[in-house]
Amino acid sequence: MLTKRVIPCLDVKDGRVVKGVNFVDLVDAGDPVELASVYDREGADEIVFLDITATSDDRSTTIELASHAAAELRIPYTVGGGFRDLGGMARMVAAGADKVSVNSAAIADPELISTAAAALGSQAVICAIDAKRVGTGDAWEVYVAGGRTATGIDVVTWAQEAARRGAGEILLTSMDRDGTKEGFDLALTRAVARAVPIPVIASGGVGSLEHFAEGVIEGEADAVLAASVFHFGTYSIRQVKEYMASQGISVRLDF
Amino acid sequence: MAHELVVVDYHKGNLLSVARSLSAVGAEVAVSDDPRTIAEARGIVLPGVGSFEDAMSHMRSSGQADAVVGSVRRGTPFLGICLGLQLLFGRGSECTTKAWGNGWVPGLGLLPGSVTRLESSRLKVPHVGWNQLHLTAVGRRCPLLVDVSEGSNVYFTHSYALADDVGDPTVATRTHYTRTFGSTVWQDNVFGVQFHPEKSSATGLRILGNFVRYVRG
Repeated sequence: MLTKRVIPCLDVKDGRVVKGVNFVDLVDAGDPVELASVYDREGADEIVFLDITATSDDRSTTIELASHAAAELRIPYTVGGGFRDLGGMARMVAAGADKVSVNSAAIADPELISTAAAALGSQAVICAIDAKRVGTGDAWEVYVAGGRTATGIDVVTWAQEAARRGAGEILLTSMDRDGTKEGFDLALTRAVARAVPIPVIASGGVGSLEHFAEGVIEGEADAVLAASVFHFGTYSIRQVKEYMASQGISVRLDF
Repeated sequence: MAHELVVVDYHKGNLLSVARSLSAVGAEVAVSDDPRTIAEARGIVLPGVGSFEDAMSHMRSSGQADAVVGSVRRGTPFLGICLGLQLLFGRGSECTTKAWGNGWVPGLGLLPGSVTRLESSRLKVPHVGWNQLHLTAVGRRCPLLVDVSEGSNVYFTHSYALADDVGDPTVATRTHYTRTFGSTVWQDNVFGVQFHPEKSSATGLRILGNFVRYVRG
């Protein structure tokens, strides 16, 4: 049976991990690849590096990161953030990234997903969506530019278009929950997971072990992504997976 | 000088991880698109990215297909990964143009059988993530799977897989998803894996190490 994936996410700025990381056994807690290697050994199923460098003109440090990660990691990894065109995405894949995630640029030009899927293969193209609830009902709007700009586009409709255009996965972040530790927006996750024929990675809001399991069971997500609970050592990847397994979820534990 | 292992570059994707992982298990590895370099190698690895049709068309026009088929027939150890496994077979249904008439694209034809799309209204396609290897009787004596336990998890990312017409004597492991498909194949000097050993953590490294040992005899 296909297992559900647990994915730590590292925010990277100018080639360094941002947001605190308090692992005592790291030589350099700011080195994204060193931190990712620890997660690899601890049983992470994949890694996501999110490049939040303000100016995306110079991607050389991120290209360097991708190639360093290819040398060190023995699990798949994604690089996201700041892509503007196919050229930038292709360079990241050529440097060693298994997948690239595209967000704002795909909203500006949805054709980018089609051309990227044709050139790099669907398996390499993740459509990242930042979603914010509209009013009190179960409706969500797509935000871009790091969550600063509303687009008026319905999240479910956009996810379906991205899938139709060849995106291989959806990385779905609830902006309402991100950073709150209140758990995933389960209604959002389920709405998207049911609407698309491709895997959905739930993101935003994890604070407890129960949240991980809920994301899969109630949110129907194929993978769960978290950052701070791992970086601060609140939970180890094994703890999360053992908890998920205790709730009847199939996870990889042979690492 | 002949390389111990040559990773075939058919210009469709990044081969760094495959080459690095093979180096990590001690092999002397070169990445090459040159049919002569491929033909001289003591072991050949054909990784897989992109579509069946694109890959076959590049391999044929570049002379890589002849080099690979010639080497394999002479007994050179061969490992196909993901699409590289699929290309070993007779035909693939991954085809966007009508150039091949009935929709089937001929593969390298080293092993008999077809590659078809995974279809499901219930499960997500592509099949992405970690899934289990179930060893067949053939798999339990397959040199590629030495010390690989029943039920080991490996990383998959694919929308096409071997069809049911791939013969039992060839299938070393099976994996269950939208349908049960051959995830490892073995016949004489030819090995193929549908998953990505270079992305499958310790289990993957063990499999690559087994291949390197097989090449060294």
